[in-house]
Amino acid sequence: MLQFHQTAFDREFDKILTDVQTMAQQVEQAIERSMEALYDNNTDLAHKIIAEDAKVNKLRYDVESECLALIATQQPTAGDLRAVIAAMHIVVELERIGDHVKGIAKTVIMMEEEPLLKTFKKIRKMGGLSHEMLRDVIDAFVERDAEKARTIAMRDPEMDDLYHVVFEKLVKVMAHKPELVTRATYLMWCSHNLERIADRVTNIAERVIFMATGTFGDLDNALA
Amino acid sequence: MRKGKPVILVRNLDFYYGASRALSGIQLDIKKHLVTALIGPSGCGKSTFLRCLNRMNDTIANTRVEGSILLDGEDIYAPEYDLADLRRRVGMVFQKPNPFPKSVFDNVAFGPRMLGIASGKTELEEMVFSSLEQVGLWQELHEHLKEDALNLSLGQQQQLCLARVLAVRPEIILMDEPASALDPIATAHLEQLIFKLKEAYTIVIVTHNMQQAARVSDFTGFFWMGELVEYNPTNQLFTRPAKELTETYITGRMG
Repeated sequence: MLQFHQTAFDREFDKILTDVQTMAQQVEQAIERSMEALYDNNTDLAHKIIAEDAKVNKLRYDVESECLALIATQQPTAGDLRAVIAAMHIVVELERIGDHVKGIAKTVIMMEEEPLLKTFKKIRKMGGLSHEMLRDVIDAFVERDAEKARTIAMRDPEMDDLYHVVFEKLVKVMAHKPELVTRATYLMWCSHNLERIADRVTNIAERVIFMATGTFGDLDNALA
Repeated sequence: MRKGKPVILVRNLDFYYGASRALSGIQLDIKKHLVTALIGPSGCGKSTFLRCLNRMNDTIANTRVEGSILLDGEDIYAPEYDLADLRRRVGMVFQKPNPFPKSVFDNVAFGPRMLGIASGKTELEEMVFSSLEQVGLWQELHEHLKEDALNLSLGQQQQLCLARVLAVRPEIILMDEPASALDPIATAHLEQLIFKLKEAYTIVIVTHNMQQAARVSDFTGFFWMGELVEYNPTNQLFTRPAKELTETYITGRMG
């Protein structure tokens, strides 16, 4: 009977998976905190988020080096090779998601001087959704689950809808209350960053599908 | 001479050592001027299959072939098929270099002399030159043609054996683990040579070294327990194999 065994590749790749998960958890936490900073006008927290992004960037390079070493020493093929390549793409997306979160933190700091405008609940909803999508797509990656990845990508339109609602509302505010234009613009940036996070989660989902099935698919187009 | 056109068609090939079946239902096309690699664990039938392609297995007693192998449309197992001609058209290089205990020149000249395909001394010399040149040995050895071939390094001996095959102007070259006795430098050299030679020849190579198969071949066949599990373009087989069994083997998870 055919037997399967663990390989050196499996052992090394487990470490990479753990690092990707750690990195994702840090980014998820940053999304959550950025919403907190936004809603509480907490600039100290915003500064902290910006400072901690460096850790995420470092993890990205750590994972890249581990992947390179794995390719050089183990010469992975087939699903193994696709998994390493997926990990390399995913950490780049995670790093960019970190940058979007940093963007939100920066606007929180810039808004400090502006007259107050009650922040829309829908932006927090966008934050929650992007956080959930990210958590789930990393699970799908670890479980090599293409079906799960597809389901996550299907939530992207939900995010786009929220973004449009927020956008329209902010335009209305700008039209009627000129003193709030600057703050409204900042809020627009925040929601734009959140919408971009969901796009990057969709990119990760595409990578997971490629890793699991060996076929490339553009989920944006598939859903359009 | 169209590249990629099937030159050998294997159809429903079964092979028996006595009562035990070593190959069953093999079906594949070997394509012209491309390199086909055959991989699989020991005893999977890949070398047996290779030796079917020029009927080397005929020399083993109590073996039997069913099905057919067509070379340019003719069944090489047909009773009237010219065996000497087959062996000339389909040459073979083995795992261990096996030069004759003769001079470098005589090794390469052996085939043309035996088959009487050189019209005179000049043509014979020309054949030896061109064969040694093609395998990259002329530069190193043209002043040592009278030396005993057994004094060459292992890598050179393997190149010489390849030159000996080329001297009879084959169309297809079978290689059975040709690099397994060679060091990494000689191996790299041989792989370069394979790449160069496919311009003019069709090559089928059996190798235990999966990375070597991936590096040198255009098509790869994975054998397992006497069956051809998968036969696909090499890039495809090594990045997204069609069969789970292939994936298990090439990722080193087969127990």
